[in-house]
Amino acid sequence: MALDNADILNIAKLARLQVDASQVDNYASSISSILNLVDSMQQVDTDGIEPLANPLDAQQRLRADQVTASNKRDEYLAIAPKTEAGLFLVPKVIE
Amino acid sequence: MPYTTIAQLSQGLKNGTFSSRELTQDVIADIKARDHLYNSFITLSEEQALAQADVADQRIAAGEAAPMTGVPIAHKDLFCTQGVRTTAASKILENFVPPYNSTVSQLFVDAGAVSVGKTNLDEFAMGSSNEHSFFGTVKNPWKLDAVPGGSSGGSAAAVAAGLITGATGTDTGGSIRQPAAFCNLTGIKPTYGRVSRFGIIAYASSLDQAGPMTRTAEDAAMMMNVMAQFDPQDSTSMQMATPDYTTSLNDSLAGLKIGLPKEFFEAGLNPQVAAATMNAIKQYEAMGAELVDISLPNLQLCIPAYYVIAPSEASSNLSRYDGARYGYRCQDPVDLMDMYCRTRAEGFGEEVKNRIMVGTYALSEGFYDAYYLKAQRIRRLIKNDFVKAFQQVDVIMGPVTPSPAFDIGSKTSDPVAMYLEDIYTLAINLAGIPALSTPAGFVDGLPVGLHIMGDYFSEAKLLNVAHQLQQATDWHMQTPNSI
Amino acid sequence: MSWEIVIGLEIHVQLATQSKLFSGAKVGFGAEPNTQTTLVDLGMPGALPVFNEEALRLAVMFGTAIDAEIGKRSVFARKNYFYPDLPKGYQTSQMDDPIVGEGHIDIQMEDGTSKRIGVTRAHLEEDAGKSLHEDFDGMTGIDLNRSSTPLLEIVSEPDMRSAKEAVAYMRKMHAIVTTLGISDGNMAEGSMRCDANVSVRPKGQETLGTRAELKNINSFRFIERAINLEVQRQIDLIEDGGKVLQETRLYDAENNETRSMRSKEEANDYRYFPCPDLLPVIIDDDYIDSIRRTLPELPDQRRQRFINDYHLSEYDAGVLSSSRTMADYFEAVQAACEDAKLSANWVTGELAKYLNTNGVEIEVSPVSAAQLGLLLTRIKDDTISGKGAKTVFDELWNDQGEVDAIIDNKGLKQVSDMGAIEGMVDAVIANSPQQVKQYTEAEEAKRGKMLGYFMGQVMKASKGAANPGQVNGILKKKLDAMC
Repeated sequence: MALDNADILNIAKLARLQVDASQVDNYASSISSILNLVDSMQQVDTDGIEPLANPLDAQQRLRADQVTASNKRDEYLAIAPKTEAGLFLVPKVIE
Repeated sequence: MPYTTIAQLSQGLKNGTFSSRELTQDVIADIKARDHLYNSFITLSEEQALAQADVADQRIAAGEAAPMTGVPIAHKDLFCTQGVRTTAASKILENFVPPYNSTVSQLFVDAGAVSVGKTNLDEFAMGSSNEHSFFGTVKNPWKLDAVPGGSSGGSAAAVAAGLITGATGTDTGGSIRQPAAFCNLTGIKPTYGRVSRFGIIAYASSLDQAGPMTRTAEDAAMMMNVMAQFDPQDSTSMQMATPDYTTSLNDSLAGLKIGLPKEFFEAGLNPQVAAATMNAIKQYEAMGAELVDISLPNLQLCIPAYYVIAPSEASSNLSRYDGARYGYRCQDPVDLMDMYCRTRAEGFGEEVKNRIMVGTYALSEGFYDAYYLKAQRIRRLIKNDFVKAFQQVDVIMGPVTPSPAFDIGSKTSDPVAMYLEDIYTLAINLAGIPALSTPAGFVDGLPVGLHIMGDYFSEAKLLNVAHQLQQATDWHMQTPNSI
Repeated sequence: MSWEIVIGLEIHVQLATQSKLFSGAKVGFGAEPNTQTTLVDLGMPGALPVFNEEALRLAVMFGTAIDAEIGKRSVFARKNYFYPDLPKGYQTSQMDDPIVGEGHIDIQMEDGTSKRIGVTRAHLEEDAGKSLHEDFDGMTGIDLNRSSTPLLEIVSEPDMRSAKEAVAYMRKMHAIVTTLGISDGNMAEGSMRCDANVSVRPKGQETLGTRAELKNINSFRFIERAINLEVQRQIDLIEDGGKVLQETRLYDAENNETRSMRSKEEANDYRYFPCPDLLPVIIDDDYIDSIRRTLPELPDQRRQRFINDYHLSEYDAGVLSSSRTMADYFEAVQAACEDAKLSANWVTGELAKYLNTNGVEIEVSPVSAAQLGLLLTRIKDDTISGKGAKTVFDELWNDQGEVDAIIDNKGLKQVSDMGAIEGMVDAVIANSPQQVKQYTEAEEAKRGKMLGYFMGQVMKASKGAANPGQVNGILKKKLDAMC
């Protein structure tokens, strides 16, 4: 599976990674080579095989509905890039 | 006091031969003096370490010491440590100081252990050479121009160099066992769900598992006694009691059935590594074990399955590093999109970006079934191979890596060649079974590891098997020339 | 051309849990920003989710209430997209295996007919935080208190054919969730929100037209308005030779228009995959049955009981069972005055008028059900007239107080003493010879009309306190005797 430059730009946008024009070829070749590596699995017959998401096939444990957390806002905001009035600030969001 | 063990330090502290403060001061001074050779630490937490040492000394004086109380250790810089910078070896978390502990680091605090600092790794644990770190390449103490392995290369190098007696690591596709093999250590990846993942920066959630890296199996058992606890904060943590891993170390191996999968000894394996591995395995025959030829027919498929599942999960796990709430944010973003795209492009290294892109592609519309779902089906085939094998044998043995530590820079140009080196370790994470690496001799002065794999939750047996080899041989006691 | 309207609704219901879907943070509206958050809700490195059992119970309860299939194996999936109010870069939701499968509800229209609307599925998911667009140096503020609040997203079939049907469906869902107590249903606080998929097609056409999705409609009134606006926009567009685009549109209540939300269109490849930090939720028939047994009387059952037991009209029964609080209020009034018809008239009449005019919810009505019940009792025992009761009601609404005290203070007590009324009647007859003459000489059929004059005089003489029924009877008897 070879990816072209448009594929790379589309993936990069989905992943929110800025890719300069000069890097596109590099990404195309390195990602294509990884995809070639994984394509060998397409030959394997997996009909009727259930996908394995958790190696133990374990099931979800449930948490009692209790409030266990206290307010630690100040600790969290202290490590944020930009805050004001108890809020995390980001560049303007246009809806 | 280089090249001692956790067991010896624990004894010395208990006997009052030295205090934890003295020990901690020595360890930190030693790291400061010698780590420029290895670059194994990203952050030293001297102040916190000495405070922990003082608490430990009080506990020891009060007769309330646990086995690890006062013993200095180090954490791979993927474990969040409260008040101590935690970077994942990434620029994006260069200045991240978590206000919380991972469950594992908290368990070591509770046990009275002293954390002296954070060890280097491949960025976000993505790599097998420790060349992909924002904080620089780590050197192998056995050969300074060779890689220590990865991703837990800093922990491996630090223990191998005698800078610390034990360190935590994480293993998503071999990241504990491969560096342990390259650095002549004991490193165990427990069963998926045995050790809590809470507070460990995630790479691939369904594969990640933390474990200890030490010189001896006994030390690994002591660290496992602390680490392997059920954690209600991790939905994938298994709710079960923790055995005392030290009590079964001396169990007899008479009658032990050792499976040797033919796929582990096929073309691609360095003949000298093959010979060393077989030589180590032969030691078990003298202990009354029986060697059984087995097959893991789907082993080869672990590479494609892993390199779809791990990047897919990673692409999603790493979306949170967006510059909004913590970590790096690019300078003067012009708008939201610019903040996201530049923060992430500038904050992540190339290998991380490659894997995010692969994972994003594999999950995208129209490709999900052919990649992610297909890989998960293959994952079950691989698991089934192991389940079948363990109906026949007690443990499986083979090499950890096809060859000993390679030279720094020799494989960086071709990521796919590097991925192929993981052939013996990846399947274990996909199946979720426990496995360890224990020293098995040397090839051209470089260590070789013996890979011991067991059925689910058989960590005590694996440590027992490794310990018995360490009683019969002295490979694990060899010292690298660099120290 | 005549057009058919096709509507499907996606309703988000905030489940009434104490803590969040995946963390121990408090759920609650109106707290200081970011004070109800944990590592998990903030998407901090290494934080992991653990599923809240109460959210599961409430979702299953909803499923049993709408006769739906319950997913015995439900799976959380990650919906990946970047947005500042989505801290992890993905929303944990359910995709292929939701907790609630196909079900249905019946809606009643004003003409008394009933219609069945299919529910495709209902799944559990976490809410996002909030973006605050007030100007912070040209930036947007992010409050993550709502992050990871449990939501049940209820997806309908495209079974509705008018805005009125959509409103009736939404109202019925509101009645069901509030009756079950799985949500407070407070639309103003966003506990219940609705997105509408709207399309039009020429009558008789099989295939559906292209739909637009109207986002975040937060009142019953707006549903009708937004849908009607959108329908008209689409019809106008098509009739002018244009084409409807599949897009997300925002209903703007201030400008009474719908407009395109381009920002939501950009990243529509959500790369769903099963969340590896959460495991499949497995439940059995015993669990489902145990919840089914706790179901309260549902709105449809209650409506039927109102018709059967209280002999209310279909319409009154429908209105009074439209919410749990309304139905409870009505039944409390009914229990107090033991007159269902009178209670229904007052609750759907006077009370509804005051609630609507003042924009007050019935939960916080200043006139309690007990007060209204007592007031109606006073009508029934002839203490006051219906007109007097309205005066008392107004007083209760505005100034509180006690029913009997208000009747006394306002002098509203009716005179029911036969002797006193007869005295007043005799006096009026004696003082009105002219009118008596006209009455006695009139044809019998016209006398009824002429009685009004005497009624007015007697009521005036009693200052409105005489029981009009009694006055009428006595007057008629006495005057007819004179004919």
